[in-house]
Amino acid sequence: MRSVISLLAGALFGLGLLVSDMVNTQKVQGWLDLFGAWDPTLAFVLGGGIIPMFFAWRLTKARAAPITGGTFPAPPNPRISQDLALGSVLFGVGWGLVGLCPGPAMASISFGGWSGALFMAAMLAGMAILPRLRRGPIGGLIRGS
Amino acid sequence: MIEDFAFGALGGLMIGCAAALLLLGNGRIMGASGILGGLVDGSSWGAWQQPALFVAGVVGAPAIAVYGLGWSGETNATLNPVLLILAGLCVGIGTRLANGCTSGHGVCGMSRLSLRGIVATLIYLAAGFATVYLAKHVLGVL
Repeated sequence: MRSVISLLAGALFGLGLLVSDMVNTQKVQGWLDLFGAWDPTLAFVLGGGIIPMFFAWRLTKARAAPITGGTFPAPPNPRISQDLALGSVLFGVGWGLVGLCPGPAMASISFGGWSGALFMAAMLAGMAILPRLRRGPIGGLIRGS
Repeated sequence: MIEDFAFGALGGLMIGCAAALLLLGNGRIMGASGILGGLVDGSSWGAWQQPALFVAGVVGAPAIAVYGLGWSGETNATLNPVLLILAGLCVGIGTRLANGCTSGHGVCGMSRLSLRGIVATLIYLAAGFATVYLAKHVLGVL
């Protein structure tokens, strides 16, 4: 049951990214082009995504546990860390340069050609080297969450 | 354009329902960078099956839709390898450092009114707006 939910949620997420055209870097960069030909579509995607989740979070308060057992996530950490700010700046820069973020990069990997594959390889490399960066000479800049 | 907004909202609802399914079903937060990053850096290797199945769904369902059902799917991404590598590294390092991306902080964090989710979303949006402005309108590389 747990496995079916993981697979189904992934499939629905991927199809949602395809239907909303968030796999299209021109739509995403159009949204980020606030001072050019601005495309507001992404606001509808984000709004559409937040509505079911708003009710889902309320439901977690009424239920004792998830359907397949275990526990619900702990309340959100309120601390605004340096890592959160620095990481979000880096993410925004990369997102703006190419118009891909992790979800759409995965959803489009089968049809994104070599450019999608190269972006994915660099993104995975970035994810893999962060723990090493923390231990290296610039480790003091990134404190570890 | 109106049609784009409708498909955007429909796709967004599908994304939100996927996140709700994962939260209410398995008690997990649907963050693309966290799920993928845990598989990459080894932090979720103790329980890799569920993240791997989620990734299989994200990759597999659009592939079936495009190649099996003939849905259109195009990324129209830049063909500049320097931009692709630089952007990929920034997204990979940045999302793991910030512990979330558009799905984790944007959809899941903002919907529970998490301060961290809201602040992260405002920062990466501002950085994205500034990057596209500089790269497109000032430097002319986009």
